[in-house]
Amino acid sequence: MLRQMLSKPENGRMYWEETVRQMASIGLGSVGIVAFVAVFMGGVSAVQTVYQLVAPYISLTVVGSIVTNSSILELGPSVTSLVLAGKIGSNIASELGYMRSSEQIDALEIMGVNPVAYLVGPKILACLTMIPLLVVISISTAIAGGMVICQLTGLITYDQFIEGARSSFLAYDVFFAMCKAFTFAFFISSVSAYHGYHVHGGALEVGRASTKAVVYCCILILSGDYILAELLL
Amino acid sequence: MIQLKGIGKRFGEQQVLQDIHASFGQGRINMVIGASGSGKSVLMKIMVGLVVPDQGELFYENSSLGAMDRSEKQVLRQNIGMLFQNAALFDSLTVEDNLLFPLRMFKPAPRAQMLDRVAYCLEKVGLAGKGPLFPSELSGGMKKRVGIARAIVLEPRYLFCDEPNSGLDPKTSLRIDHLIRDLTQEFNITTVVNTHDMNSVLECADHIIFLHKGRKTWEGDRQQILKSENEDLNELVYATRHLQQYRDQAF
Repeated sequence: MLRQMLSKPENGRMYWEETVRQMASIGLGSVGIVAFVAVFMGGVSAVQTVYQLVAPYISLTVVGSIVTNSSILELGPSVTSLVLAGKIGSNIASELGYMRSSEQIDALEIMGVNPVAYLVGPKILACLTMIPLLVVISISTAIAGGMVICQLTGLITYDQFIEGARSSFLAYDVFFAMCKAFTFAFFISSVSAYHGYHVHGGALEVGRASTKAVVYCCILILSGDYILAELLL
Repeated sequence: MIQLKGIGKRFGEQQVLQDIHASFGQGRINMVIGASGSGKSVLMKIMVGLVVPDQGELFYENSSLGAMDRSEKQVLRQNIGMLFQNAALFDSLTVEDNLLFPLRMFKPAPRAQMLDRVAYCLEKVGLAGKGPLFPSELSGGMKKRVGIARAIVLEPRYLFCDEPNSGLDPKTSLRIDHLIRDLTQEFNITTVVNTHDMNSVLECADHIIFLHKGRKTWEGDRQQILKSENEDLNELVYATRHLQQYRDQAF
């Protein structure tokens, strides 16, 4: 399937337009949910970190450090990807599955369009570009959320949080987060597209394909998370 | 002209098509008839290249489809229009964009010129002014007509229609039949229609082949079909008691 995707486009402009459309749908369409999840992710990790820091000799600036590091290394890329597997993955699988069952994919093929290249290619490309951006938004929002909640609830001040965040920041961690984001983006787009594209049957099979896509994506994200951590950290 | 030479197809243990020989002429409506499960749809999918046959060869004019490379197949496909059973319109696009899609993909031209072509095709199928509507806003008959308009927008030499009347009332069915007949004659297209609707067959079939359990067991035209001695065919043609009575009185 991936090999078929690499064939020469029949009309480059149409493919580009489809890619931009997918980028808008996947990227802009997911900003809200990603930001919402991230704010609370950052807030909860801040509150729980303070809760566990009972020793008086530990500086509270550590809260900023832990929230920032956990957001960059784990919460931002992994949790966001799991959320996106549910949103984007099921969307891709059900869209392609419906197109298959309603013969729209056959219609494209008979017209002379390569349906894998036209339908799957732009989705994978859009995921590879937009999911890392969404992860960046998620990490930034989680850190900001943690910081604001710490200040509002009086746990620690902005200055203490920022001091802690700066003290342990490593640029390599961002590189690691982006590696995870690209890998998970590829898992989400390709696995979901595969399950949707190969649907046989009607509405029931489309639903099953969508569920399967999300489950396989989650398994791949979690196992990939461990493998990348072993390899890169 | 499309020629089928010894086409056979098997799915697992089931032999779906066996040794089909036929030839479909230009400017004529060629109908493939048969009961459900007789192999009509598989034969059509083989003809348009969606399914590869296990045996036999298929020729468009004198070129074998099996021997064509990817680019030759792509050129051929731009000469093929197909109306699907459920029209297979792109739901996310308006009627106008559905028709513009193949034009923009394969024959890009100034937008005004392409819109003229779209308007012409919509007018041909009696849907002038319906361009801004989405497929979900159309009736079953209108969807089929948009499907036909999309099939002819690239001026194809071959038109395939899979069960064009399924799910339509008799009046709309007749309208679709006349539309297919008029387009076939006006543009001198080689048209192949899959159906088990005897009204359509008697209304406009120029050439008919009958499939029974994956084999071609009869071939003729709409005058000959009523006098056929083929029992399997007669079961399909005279499926209702009223028609059986008519046949008994006539012959």
